[in-house]
Amino acid sequence: MSVAEPSAGPSPGPAPAAGGADLHLEALTKRFGAMTAVDAIDLTVPAGSFFALLGPSGCGKTTTLRMVAGLEEPTAGTIRIGGADVTGTPPHRRPVNTVFQSYALFPHLSVIDNVAFGLRRRGRPKAREEAMAALELVELAHCAGRRPGQLSGGQQQRVAPARAVVNRPAVLLLDEPLGALDLKLRRQMQVELKGIQHEVGLTFVHVTHDQEEAMTMADTVAVMNGGRIEQLGPPAELYERPRTAFVANFLGQSNLVPGYATPTVGGALEVRLDAGAEQLLTAPRERAGGLSGRVLVGVRPEKVYLVPGDGSAPTDEEVPAGVNVLGPGKVVDVSFAGVSTQYLVDVPGLVTQTVFSQNLDQARVRPGDLVRLAWARQHTFVLPGDQDLSAGRAED
Amino acid sequence: MAVAATGHVTGPGDAATPGPAGPDPAVAAGPAGRAPYGLLAPGLLWLAAFFVAPIAVLFVTSLMVPVPGGDIGQFQPALDVGNYAQAVVEYWQIFLRSFWYGLLATVFALLVGYPLAYVIAVRARGRPTLQQFMLVLVIAPFFTSFIVRTLAWRQILADEGPVVGVLQALYLLPPDGRLTATSIAVVAGLTYNFLPFMILPIYAALGRLDLRLVEAGQDLYASPFTTFLRVTWPLSLPGVVAGTLLTFIPASADYVNATLLGNPGTRMIGNVIDAQFFNVVDYPLASALSFVLMAAIVVLVAAYVRRAGTEDLV
Amino acid sequence: MRRRVRLGDWLLPLLAVLAFVYLFVPIAYTIAFSFNDAPRANRVWQGFTLDNWRDPCAARGVCEAVATSLQVGLLATLVATVLGTALALALVRHRFRFRSTTNLLIFVPMATPEVVLGASLLTQFLNLGVPLGFQTVVIAHIVFCLSFVVVTVKARVATLDPALEQAAADLYAGPVQAFWRVTFPLLLPGIMAAALLSFALSFDDFIITNFNSGNLDTFPKWVYVAAVRGLPAEANVIGSAMFVIALLLVAIGRLASLRRRAG
Repeated sequence: MSVAEPSAGPSPGPAPAAGGADLHLEALTKRFGAMTAVDAIDLTVPAGSFFALLGPSGCGKTTTLRMVAGLEEPTAGTIRIGGADVTGTPPHRRPVNTVFQSYALFPHLSVIDNVAFGLRRRGRPKAREEAMAALELVELAHCAGRRPGQLSGGQQQRVAPARAVVNRPAVLLLDEPLGALDLKLRRQMQVELKGIQHEVGLTFVHVTHDQEEAMTMADTVAVMNGGRIEQLGPPAELYERPRTAFVANFLGQSNLVPGYATPTVGGALEVRLDAGAEQLLTAPRERAGGLSGRVLVGVRPEKVYLVPGDGSAPTDEEVPAGVNVLGPGKVVDVSFAGVSTQYLVDVPGLVTQTVFSQNLDQARVRPGDLVRLAWARQHTFVLPGDQDLSAGRAED
Repeated sequence: MAVAATGHVTGPGDAATPGPAGPDPAVAAGPAGRAPYGLLAPGLLWLAAFFVAPIAVLFVTSLMVPVPGGDIGQFQPALDVGNYAQAVVEYWQIFLRSFWYGLLATVFALLVGYPLAYVIAVRARGRPTLQQFMLVLVIAPFFTSFIVRTLAWRQILADEGPVVGVLQALYLLPPDGRLTATSIAVVAGLTYNFLPFMILPIYAALGRLDLRLVEAGQDLYASPFTTFLRVTWPLSLPGVVAGTLLTFIPASADYVNATLLGNPGTRMIGNVIDAQFFNVVDYPLASALSFVLMAAIVVLVAAYVRRAGTEDLV
Repeated sequence: MRRRVRLGDWLLPLLAVLAFVYLFVPIAYTIAFSFNDAPRANRVWQGFTLDNWRDPCAARGVCEAVATSLQVGLLATLVATVLGTALALALVRHRFRFRSTTNLLIFVPMATPEVVLGASLLTQFLNLGVPLGFQTVVIAHIVFCLSFVVVTVKARVATLDPALEQAAADLYAGPVQAFWRVTFPLLLPGIMAAALLSFALSFDDFIITNFNSGNLDTFPKWVYVAAVRGLPAEANVIGSAMFVIALLLVAIGRLASLRRRAG
């Protein structure tokens, strides 16, 4: 799908794309003095997909977004939209629109004039009608004549994407637009935005620090850290098979334990833990990631279940074959969270392990109890051992 | 969602915008870029031509000497600093008097203006119509001409006027006492004329005062007076500094009040400079006096500002 | 339990009222004596008359002086507002190496005593042989109005969310279009305030004008000279008229902006 070349005539701004277009970033870099905010990123967002750039504050995701919008000049690298190089094009000539974090609705214009703004700049003859249609899409047609200052936060939040989408840009950028909404409203807007994207077929690039939001909404997620992309892929893949400690800890939570891995004949990995050489964990071949030597073995807390660990080795009943066992350790905290109960378990030699147990009438575990942690081997993931196992943790 | 006083909508993201970078994003930060010469050039050229250059010319003039055998008003370029010596030696008392009057006027303006600013900015907060009304009342008197106002005071304070009569009845003035043509009248005039310059900056600073801080002070056992002293006053200090500067500087250099409300014994340095320019026609001396005045003000202001600790006044 | 009435509850409003009375005493006097039936020396009350108001130009030169003041004010305001707004935009929205020097350069005229400003310009005009008159007065007024315009507009620009101009660019408005359709309308209240301030400063200026006007009379200068003989009532009339007109303008302006924000 190609985008028409921007015209240099009296109505600046390109003709609208039929649907979204591809976005290519090649070695895109941004330096502010001595600080590198974005470090040679390579990225391709296929046309019509919903892409999320996820990362903590300061990771460079917003800077990347602003470079795509043209609001920030790259230090190096290229940006291509639908094959056309737009790196040097000023923002008002790019087929890109942004939904700003603060909405940036023009306070001196009415809602309908806000939405029609881009259309009018491009000289669209039926600007008002198209703007009304966009407002109807977000169910705000009845507010058309009002000023942004007279709308509620949730209403303003819906005008902003309407104003951007109505221009049918090749790429639509969203800069943490849901950040300030309360939980219920945010969930609602996530569904709405996804719906709009499907209906109109645009390419969405969504920047957020909320990993749940990224996973729910996006087809593809890229996790950014320190100006680089740590891992890129569908949410499920990133979640179940993280490739770095940062991704493992930033996306959901992980229990990571260091150890030394030796491949077995069948390709599975046997890992002897640093904490105690008698502790042995196994990772099946397809989860081993081709690693060996020093590794971090990881498992998601919701995959782990507790087994009483009062000293003696667990029986085969308690722990069937194909299950990894860790422990024993002491339960130091029990938190009831409605859907689940969170346990913090102190295993000697390891950082505190977290367990999420779905609340299904199982036996109560109390602080101070001795337990073992068990999980199915195929839920294991393995990471290279030369990383900080607390990278990306929420406390950072 | 608040609509701030400027009509600017405060969106939810605004609260989060001072991010790791810190400073106000509305003011451009980051490394220096190209200067926007198109925007800067006209204004800066004007200031260069009609402010910087004249000051330079003034300086050159202050070093001039009379043309030997020439008419009054004819001077030739030289490097004579004698005018400066003369300026200081002959007129240092008048300099002191000017700064003294200026100081008095500033203090009185602060005493009168601060409560007024406080009432408008704090007590009337939440009632914008009342606030606007009061602000208009503060600014309105200054739409009559400065001279007309000062002359009105001259009439009001005249011997046959009501004020003198009242003061004499209360034995605050001797029976043959007067107010016009005294230093009291001069200072009163200076105080009056520069009052809005004191009130408006303090109003601006108090308008930004977060009342919850005052509540916190009271919650922590401070009496209303202590809360004022330790919470409100320090927070309003930038406004106070700006107001005192905007009052002291023009008040010290004024001469209209001294002329209309004073007598030859209350002459201020502004009178002297005016006389030197137009009556005595001694341009070098007048220029030297001007520079000494400027230098004195710069020194006083610098010392004051450093002590008050405010960096950005503008 | 009835709350004890504290000192601060009535003391502050009382002080405020007293301050307002103090502010308005000379105004009241000016207005009152504009109705005084005293052809020349307007010192003692001699009787009520509307003659002064019917023919305010009776005193020689006063109406010409007012006209001159108005012309100077309008011209100086126009130039100072345009130049000053440009400077304010440059200073807030761009970062360049000599930005702090420029800030200082703009602040210094506000801090310079009027005698020095007036004297320096006079010296320069004398040295260049420029005749003193209308042009020199306007030039002088633009100098001191410029700084006040910059400060006022700067404050307004600083409250302007830069995301708005970015949004305009994002929505296909080129730099010029973005300025006229987004920046300028949002700055307009600040620019109007700066223009009003500039006009008020210009109209009311005496010292700088006195130094640089030669034989030309502006209203303040005319009053100053006339005051030696005794201020004629016509001056009171004009002063009162200025007061009422300005009061109405400002009040209307403020009410309009209040209604705009609320509605």
